[in-house]
Amino acid sequence: MFKSSLNSINEIFAKIAENATLYLPSDNKDGNAVYTKWENGVVWSNSLNTVKSPKDFFFPQVEDMMAFKTEGKNIEINDIREESEDFVVFGVRACDVRSFDILDRVFLVDPCDSYYANRREHGIIISVACTKPSETCFCKTFDIDATNPGGDITVWKTEDSLYWSANTDRGRELLSKLNLEECGDEAVNEQKAKTEAILNKLPLANLNTDGFGGDKTDALFDRPEWKTLSESCLGCGTCTFVCPTCQCYDIKDFNTGNQVIRYRCWDSCMYSDFTKMAHGNNRLSQVERFRQRFMHKLVYYPANNDGIFGCAGCGRCVSKCPISMNIVKVMKTLGGND
Amino acid sequence: MQKITRDVLVSKAISLLEDGNVSHVLGWRKGEFDYDITPSVFSEKEDIENNFVWNDFCGANFSKYLVQKTRKLEGKILVFLKPCDTYSFNQLLTEHRFDRDNVYAVGIPCEGMADISKVKKICGEGISSIDFDGDNILVNTVYEDAPIVIDAKSVLSERCINCKSKKHVAFDELIGEEGEIIESGRFDEVEKLEKMTPDERFEFWQSELSKCIRCNACRDVCPACTCEKCVFDNPKSGVENKAPANSFEEKMFHIIRAFHVAGRCTDCGECSRVCPQDIPLHLLNRKFIKDIDNFYGEYQAGAEVGSRAPLVDYTTEDVEPSDIFEGRNG
Repeated sequence: MFKSSLNSINEIFAKIAENATLYLPSDNKDGNAVYTKWENGVVWSNSLNTVKSPKDFFFPQVEDMMAFKTEGKNIEINDIREESEDFVVFGVRACDVRSFDILDRVFLVDPCDSYYANRREHGIIISVACTKPSETCFCKTFDIDATNPGGDITVWKTEDSLYWSANTDRGRELLSKLNLEECGDEAVNEQKAKTEAILNKLPLANLNTDGFGGDKTDALFDRPEWKTLSESCLGCGTCTFVCPTCQCYDIKDFNTGNQVIRYRCWDSCMYSDFTKMAHGNNRLSQVERFRQRFMHKLVYYPANNDGIFGCAGCGRCVSKCPISMNIVKVMKTLGGND
Repeated sequence: MQKITRDVLVSKAISLLEDGNVSHVLGWRKGEFDYDITPSVFSEKEDIENNFVWNDFCGANFSKYLVQKTRKLEGKILVFLKPCDTYSFNQLLTEHRFDRDNVYAVGIPCEGMADISKVKKICGEGISSIDFDGDNILVNTVYEDAPIVIDAKSVLSERCINCKSKKHVAFDELIGEEGEIIESGRFDEVEKLEKMTPDERFEFWQSELSKCIRCNACRDVCPACTCEKCVFDNPKSGVENKAPANSFEEKMFHIIRAFHVAGRCTDCGECSRVCPQDIPLHLLNRKFIKDIDNFYGEYQAGAEVGSRAPLVDYTTEDVEPSDIFEGRNG
């Protein structure tokens, strides 16, 4: 365990930024935290979390994959991606650290997604333990410990200090360059206990996953409540686009006039043209689209991933849905919650 | 705090249901934390008694839901309409988007709705419950023993600070006192933008619209956006509905949409309410409203059913394009 004073944080950021691009949550002019490239003058946000999740770093909303040019009967295919450089993401919360595990299980299994893997290899995650969780938080539901978030390096914040501990070789290497003072873990344990007490008082502290899991397709698929739960869903993509674990994408070709650029972009199962294929559309109504999103997180994903749920309880969808319908309400209605 | 209590609305809904005048009630369903309210269809007395809410967080405009609900549900639907919602209601009727005979509209007064993000800027995270007392909002959080007292006026939504009307322009029945049309300052921000140089204005919209994540919530909630199939949802249209591919495309989306709803937008403000990125989309629409007022005479979409919007009407008094050009330069 290493210690630094909170006042010296900008010097530490400067040191990290010497060898890699550093990103951290900083407030924009609306007062919302956004992952921002650090340079002198960029201030680390006090907000609990960013509006958009950090999944963009590894799985950007839009990315060009390749380009085609035709000349006569020849097709030229160009790999137009840019090689990632080393980067550090500071200030990632426990929920979002879990989201990287969830995404890894999709993109890094065979056949490995080289676009994602490339960024993952170049990115170092410095997590920060939560001290002021929100009413919309429910990471505990998925056995995530907000006081011990993981990543390559974990940081705990107290009133005047930061405490640093490395979890991986990459983390240890980076931490050793920061020349921080060694210390015991008493202050961290004290802070953890304080946060733990708050976590237990949160309105969603007792939300549980009873009734969900990989074997629950038959039990849940035809439940009549889907209709009422989805009745006022607008079919917008807010929940999917602020979600740290939604991983669906579309691949399209854009004809620029002299070449075709093949790009991929996030897709949303809430959209009417989602996975539209030659046969038409496999989900014609909003009830079906709505059900798909929650079944994916709570049933299909765990079925294929050793029982791990596809939600990290970050609460972004809870606070951003225009009609305040969300996974918590779905779980309370369909699951074994009171 | 709202002058009409929840109990008045609940008993109105239950009596209309029990008398058989309506078979469904479009209302606000309570959530987990007193502010996360979901528009919902109620058809059982018990459900209304337990789950219907009416408070300073009931901002959702139900008018657009009538398009879909009047087609799907059997029987008459009771809808509660705040003054601003009645303008959208009329506009949809003008566009023949739902059958008026299938709806029983109850106008309810509104003292303005709170913006939860403004509340949270004051009280922080960890809201466990919210109470209302006179002009105050009392926020209980897991961090404080005593409730945090907030003046409801200090956390009003932007659209309510600039409320254009407390008067209902459509209803079958009115509860409470009727209000007046208000001289609001809703064009003040537009005037500020007009006074900018083109470069400054470009930079303003560039920085706002580049926040867009193409969730399409603004379009999906908009009562003026009721196309059965939006051009942006057609994969064959050549435009992408979900990729903020470069700074150009997302700007085009919002500007095209503003053009499409020009003359039909009632300025209900739902677009800006739902934007997860706090883009002031209503300013685009208000610019169009202001220009239409200037060039064609004052016109409020939805003020009455069947009115011909200046942009789809022709009169010999219509402004000449050259006048508009001069106006722009002057």
